[in-house]
Amino acid sequence: MNKSKFNITPFLFIGPAVLLLFVFSFAPILVSLGISFTDMNLSGLANWSQINFVGFDNFVQLFQDEKFLQAMGNTFFYVIIGVPLAVGSSLLIAVLLNFFNNWVSSTFRVVYYVPSITNIVAIAVVWSFLYNQEYGLFNYLLSLINVDSVPWLEEPVVARLSLILLAVWKSNGVSMLIFLAALQSIPKMYYEAADIDGANRIQKFFKITLPSMGFATFFVTVTTLIGWLQFFEEPFVMTNGGPLNGTNSMALFIYQEGFQYSQFGYGAAASFVLFAIVIVATLVQFKLRKTD
Amino acid sequence: MELKNKFERAVVLFILFAGGLLVSLPFIWMILSSFKNDREVLSIPPTLFPENPTFEHYIELFQNLNFGVYLINTLIIVLFAMLGLLLNTMAGYGFGKFDFRFKEGWFMIVLVTMMIPGQVTMIPTYLILNEMGLTNTMAGIILPGLIAAFNIFLIRQFMVTIPDDLIEAARLDGAGEFYIFFKLIIPLAKPILAVQVILTFIASWNSFLWPLIVANDESLYTLSVGLALLQDENVTNYGLQMAGSAFMVVPIVVIFMIFQKYIVEGFNVSGIK
Repeated sequence: MNKSKFNITPFLFIGPAVLLLFVFSFAPILVSLGISFTDMNLSGLANWSQINFVGFDNFVQLFQDEKFLQAMGNTFFYVIIGVPLAVGSSLLIAVLLNFFNNWVSSTFRVVYYVPSITNIVAIAVVWSFLYNQEYGLFNYLLSLINVDSVPWLEEPVVARLSLILLAVWKSNGVSMLIFLAALQSIPKMYYEAADIDGANRIQKFFKITLPSMGFATFFVTVTTLIGWLQFFEEPFVMTNGGPLNGTNSMALFIYQEGFQYSQFGYGAAASFVLFAIVIVATLVQFKLRKTD
Repeated sequence: MELKNKFERAVVLFILFAGGLLVSLPFIWMILSSFKNDREVLSIPPTLFPENPTFEHYIELFQNLNFGVYLINTLIIVLFAMLGLLLNTMAGYGFGKFDFRFKEGWFMIVLVTMMIPGQVTMIPTYLILNEMGLTNTMAGIILPGLIAAFNIFLIRQFMVTIPDDLIEAARLDGAGEFYIFFKLIIPLAKPILAVQVILTFIASWNSFLWPLIVANDESLYTLSVGLALLQDENVTNYGLQMAGSAFMVVPIVVIFMIFQKYIVEGFNVSGIK
């Protein structure tokens, strides 16, 4: 290609997308960093002269804010329980599906994938009905085996677990497909060789299957972890952070500060704390993989 | 690993079937409940199949509630999302097949926005829309989600694999740049674009957060925002709630079932495995 002459063509191709991306995705990062050091709120939005530079005050205040600390604790609760469950269940489904290579595998692949393509509001409406303490299906089914009615969304710890159950159900699809692709790329002869050596199924799973899927497992774990750190939609539509702030997550806290209380500066500061945690968690994962 | 005998096959099949039933239970319950009348839907013990199947809830969605308006708004968003996909594809082609000044710098912007969590940009994007006077407008709902950095990245990865000679040959034949793009590149990129079209359709049909933040007037609500409103206003009318949910979920499931082959294959195309 002729480099000496200025060529407009590539800019016609990348121009519209890059411009939009710059205005609505890249510039906001800089704006966010800027306002996180200010006390910007609704009056600051109307009149910029009302905005004051407050240095690190927002960050200091965040770590004294009980609501934020609780949201952070809840987020870790979600991650510690949710990530292993989500990765484990999608791996289990993939392993079971991989036994079949006919209509069974293609049908159930769709069945298990469907929750992840459905709308979160619709999901929330349906699950709120299922979780309803009086009229819900779950408590009815439990009453059949003489279990007392469970306060699915009314008690903080139970509510957190209920949201995790819903989120795991919803998130299995994509990870399952990645695991399935990885499983199918393991050469058959590994297993044949193991058979000759008389290895049993458990040994084959831990010595052949899991090690061959190192990268897929790593990829799924990292993306799942990042996703769960940003846990937002489920508590937002199901419980709005309640009861007693018991299901609030960091991402939901940011939304509430920004759009319910209009504390833009404070919310932006919280978003950088979350971002820092995401970066640290990702780096730790990469570090752990290297030492393997 | 393979199963040794028929018994093992039956056990695994049973587990898959039971799990599949559990996973589908919310959807089955949603559809069954949406056809029950107000009394039956709250009855204890619950009935499995509606005793007197009724369409009243579905009719109410359109007659007394504004689901017709929500549907049109949602379809407008879907339409523009497809335009956004075209812009993503153009950008992916531009980054994959051209050399130009500061290319790495521009591409860095794409990569950085890909890695930043949505919560970081949520508040400032709203402030920017507010400065542009776009809050409570359709443009304000559409613009923030129009370009997806990850899609540009994915499409670029594919474009790189198209041989330069092919494009050069077309240029020597006197084809214009956009003619080459639409007549040569897009047909070549069909496998990956097919996946992107379906995923873009699903994502835009489901889009919730930006319509919720930006739209104040009910005339701008999408199906998901309208459904959230319905739930707030009809707390115990579960039949109506289930009908509204089914109206959102069923079309997407049908579309997915028709095209799922492309998505599953697309995972191999995009090279994630």
